[in-house]
Amino acid sequence: MQEKVAHIIGKYHSDKGFLVPILQDVQKEFNYLPKEALTAVGTQLQVPLSRIYEVATFYRAFSLTPRGKHQLSLCVGTACHVRGAPMIQDGIERVLDIRAGQTTADLEFTFETVNCLGACALGPILVVDGEYQGQVTLSKANKLLKKLGKKVATDEED
Amino acid sequence: MKKIKSAADLKNLQEELNARLDPNKPCIAICCGTGCLAHGTRHLVERFQQELADRQLTDKIGLRRTGCHGFCERGPMVVIHPQKIFYQRLKVDDVPEIIDKTILGGEVIDRLLYRDPVTKERIVHEHEVPFYKKQMRLVFGMNGMIEPTSIEDYLAIGGYGALAKVLAQADPQAVIDEISAAGLRGRGGGGFPTGRKWDATRKAAGSPKYVICNADEGDPGAYMDRSLLEGNPHSVLEGMIIGAYAIGSSHGYIYVRNEYPLAVENITLAIDKARQMGLLGENILGSGFDFDIVINRGGGAFVCGESSALFASIEGRAGEPRAKYVHATDKGLYDKPTCLNNVETWANVPLIINRGAQWYAGIGTEHSKGTKIFSLVGKINNTGLVEVPMGITLREIIYEIGEGIPKGRRFKAVQTGGPSGGCIPEALLDMPVDFDELTKLGTMMGSGGMIVMDERNCMVDVAKYFLKFLEEESCGKCTPCREGIYQMRKILDRITNGEGKLEDLDTLEWMGQAIKDGSLCALGGSAPNPVLTTLRYFRSEYEAHIVDKKCPAGVCKALITYGIDADKCTGCRACTRVCPTGAATGEKKEVHQIDQEKCIKCGACYEACKFDAITIA
Repeated sequence: MQEKVAHIIGKYHSDKGFLVPILQDVQKEFNYLPKEALTAVGTQLQVPLSRIYEVATFYRAFSLTPRGKHQLSLCVGTACHVRGAPMIQDGIERVLDIRAGQTTADLEFTFETVNCLGACALGPILVVDGEYQGQVTLSKANKLLKKLGKKVATDEED
Repeated sequence: MKKIKSAADLKNLQEELNARLDPNKPCIAICCGTGCLAHGTRHLVERFQQELADRQLTDKIGLRRTGCHGFCERGPMVVIHPQKIFYQRLKVDDVPEIIDKTILGGEVIDRLLYRDPVTKERIVHEHEVPFYKKQMRLVFGMNGMIEPTSIEDYLAIGGYGALAKVLAQADPQAVIDEISAAGLRGRGGGGFPTGRKWDATRKAAGSPKYVICNADEGDPGAYMDRSLLEGNPHSVLEGMIIGAYAIGSSHGYIYVRNEYPLAVENITLAIDKARQMGLLGENILGSGFDFDIVINRGGGAFVCGESSALFASIEGRAGEPRAKYVHATDKGLYDKPTCLNNVETWANVPLIINRGAQWYAGIGTEHSKGTKIFSLVGKINNTGLVEVPMGITLREIIYEIGEGIPKGRRFKAVQTGGPSGGCIPEALLDMPVDFDELTKLGTMMGSGGMIVMDERNCMVDVAKYFLKFLEEESCGKCTPCREGIYQMRKILDRITNGEGKLEDLDTLEWMGQAIKDGSLCALGGSAPNPVLTTLRYFRSEYEAHIVDKKCPAGVCKALITYGIDADKCTGCRACTRVCPTGAATGEKKEVHQIDQEKCIKCGACYEACKFDAITIA
């Protein structure tokens, strides 16, 4: 872990100003921000851990807990909101039995909301493992979850 | 790639590259903006490449992967040059036909053309489509002409010519005077005169001086900055280099949202190429002027779009704004004189230098010059990015460019200015759009988001949505913003739950004013706007929630009940299959029922019913 962090910090010439991008790269590497990695960033950049913790908890992009195998991001920008994103959010939260921002206990799914993906013509948009799904309805969301192995009732005839 | 060492070298290269452009060579310009990529354009590009290779046409027919064309509603789309035939909503299997019939056979494929929803007429050329007809695409129009990853494309259409002109003139103050005379105002929302900001930074004591491009486009529903960075990154760079020269800065930053991966990729590549060609770095075009740009990716905090919070973020700290008794132009990033402008503002700069302040000032209204890019989204037929001259009316944008509201529903409001803006009702649609007129209506231009809402949208819910957004995004430094927004949201929660009182409306009004007065930055200073404007223009809707305990738009869960229209129900069991709680029941071919005790109002039945038999009351 130490070497991986050192490599990332090296890319930014150990410049403290790049703390946010450095943490982004660390998160990309480990899927979240493990405590050891943050300690390593602190030691190597000579920034107190408290400062790093402040930054890591201030910005929405960072997670201090491991994230699920499948990432679901629902756009809740204004255009998606007026086109029914809240209903989709309720639906996904109900099926996965977690709230937005959480990960299921089996580490299968992380569900989060994002403020705007800027693809408003397709709203509501759900990003499933990096793949954009446009004009999402409750039934489409359920089908997507079913495909990823979640047991859920869909409108397909039995 | 050879370094360009002088303005003369640049001119030669531009001419050489331009001469290589054959205006008669067939070329397929395919929109590869994020919107179209989300529509599956990547597969379309691959198929075009494959089919062209199979026919050994790769050299004879150009394939240009351009940035966003703006008409996101109709993606994936291509424009076939030189005839400028516009094909939309394409599928991968349309590709062979396009090559064989249109490009090789000169035949227009009727089925792929845009069809006017009113006249039902098929429209062949891009510029004749109503969506484009009324636009004035000065800044954004180049997107369709170039590959954003190719600096040669940009040079071939005269790119970096404005920079050469400015460096040849060797008079930084004259550049600032030109920008001031053009009347350019900041496109990020504030509308501050750009020339004045540059002048203040130039005259400020201290060094180094910084130039920053604010690409932390956080307003939900606005994506013009992203599309510029993705589609024409060199125009933004050229604007920044000119600005840096005028101000006397050699250090630039681009602060861009990490949620925009393609924009980050394209601007990074553009900077590398510009550096390799000597357009960034030391001694640019042999003028003795040095300037370079570093990219900083944001961490997903809305408040970082605010200048002083953005500086904090670049410095590697949490993005909290500070009081601005001292302007950023005197003490900004690292407490040094800093000039921060938005992406679109920078992209306007080369245009002004090339065509002159007088020409630019001839477009727009008395105090708002030039064009503005808006993202027209929400309940609108033509979703997309539109660039229009300042002073156009909202009605023209919504009904002529946007072609109205889908499904024949009634227009209710248009929201401008993002979470800091407000909602404008139908009665005010004939107002001209410019910085000052929108402010008079209680809203603002903002960065250019324009969200259209119809009769099925609840204005109380929309106001609550923005408050919730700002409650999460408030950095927490100022108490009125941190606690006030939370309290206002609690009141709206009560109202949408049917527990509101009429006094609440007065409380909302005075609290809104107190938050505006008591917050350091524009986030808190404008946070109550969505509530205050909806109270001003849609008060009856609040009263319906409070007095009648009804949500007229049928949105607020606590105030609605789902039912079944016995005349329309065919007994198809679609609703019973999707109902997660077993509230919807019924036998095949018999009228179904909804058990109100079990119903959680999730809306699944409403969505599933094909016969319009689910009612919301």
